[in-house]
Amino acid sequence: MIVIGVLVAICVALVWRRDGIDGVLNILAHDLWLFGEIIPRVLAGCLLGGFIAEILPHDKVSRSLGPESGLKGLLIGTAFGAILPGGPFTAYPVAAALLTVGADFGATIAMVVSWTLIGYGRAVAWELPILGTDFTLWRIVISLPIPVLAGWLGRGVFVRMYPKGEPS
Amino acid sequence: MTASALIIDITLWGSVAILGFMAWRRGRVVLVSSVREGSMDFINIVPRIALGVIGSGYIAAVIPPEVITGWLGPDSGWFGVLTAVIAGAATPGGPVVGFSIGAVALKVGGGTPQVIAYVVAWALFAFQRMILWEIPFMPARFVWFRAAVSVPFPFLAAAIAMVIGKP
Repeated sequence: MIVIGVLVAICVALVWRRDGIDGVLNILAHDLWLFGEIIPRVLAGCLLGGFIAEILPHDKVSRSLGPESGLKGLLIGTAFGAILPGGPFTAYPVAAALLTVGADFGATIAMVVSWTLIGYGRAVAWELPILGTDFTLWRIVISLPIPVLAGWLGRGVFVRMYPKGEPS
Repeated sequence: MTASALIIDITLWGSVAILGFMAWRRGRVVLVSSVREGSMDFINIVPRIALGVIGSGYIAAVIPPEVITGWLGPDSGWFGVLTAVIAGAATPGGPVVGFSIGAVALKVGGGTPQVIAYVVAWALFAFQRMILWEIPFMPARFVWFRAAVSVPFPFLAAAIAMVIGKP
């Protein structure tokens, strides 16, 4: 977060030098508006994460999405990411909740990558109208194996980096 | 508010209500503790989201979209794929900006594998989404890990696109 803060400060300075104080205030007003729009959804996402962490039985999650879940776990993660409703304000809190209830990095990577690449929400709302049906379908077909492969790669690297489990 | 935003909010709060109901069926204690858990997460995350939203607006203002389109020129081959991947990660703004740049690149003669690589890289690495959403919510180690193992995949997608060609 410190790195991001410094980066933001530099960019604010650059905008200020280029557009003066008006430019800085314009962006601030726009972003504050956006922030107000996002905040209730963030609350909903956090509540979803909280419910999931309480409701899902830990032993079951770690069996079906844990380090020993094999290809099936990666496929479940992929399917879950693809059907998850909402935007980033649901995907990331839910992914974080899955990690806390026993999913491993591999299955969670499969879920997050599946959500960004083959989740229907963004494709239907934005990609279809802007890039056209042909391109979108083709792009999604090409992307289908990627979540499982990324999860598999993540799981393999994780086991080699931390053979005794994740350090606390 | 647009129709799609309304649908998103309805499904979102609908899911909250359904899961909340399920938690309540498990007993009041489960409901209270999960709401408390979720609210604590929310309180912790608000300042980071604030920095992300306000900060990424300024970062986006410093990177004009024309710069990105320039990187996505008709330059084909693997060098074109590489610049497309970098362009995807550097694209500021939401899905409209990312997909529009892809559409412009297709129109001005960018190769399809390069545009595929661009869209996939944007989905995987767009810095604004990572700063604004992924880093605040997920453990930092997970985010770097996820990004690192995702690096080969825009190139893989471009390779598949080159091999099978456009139907």
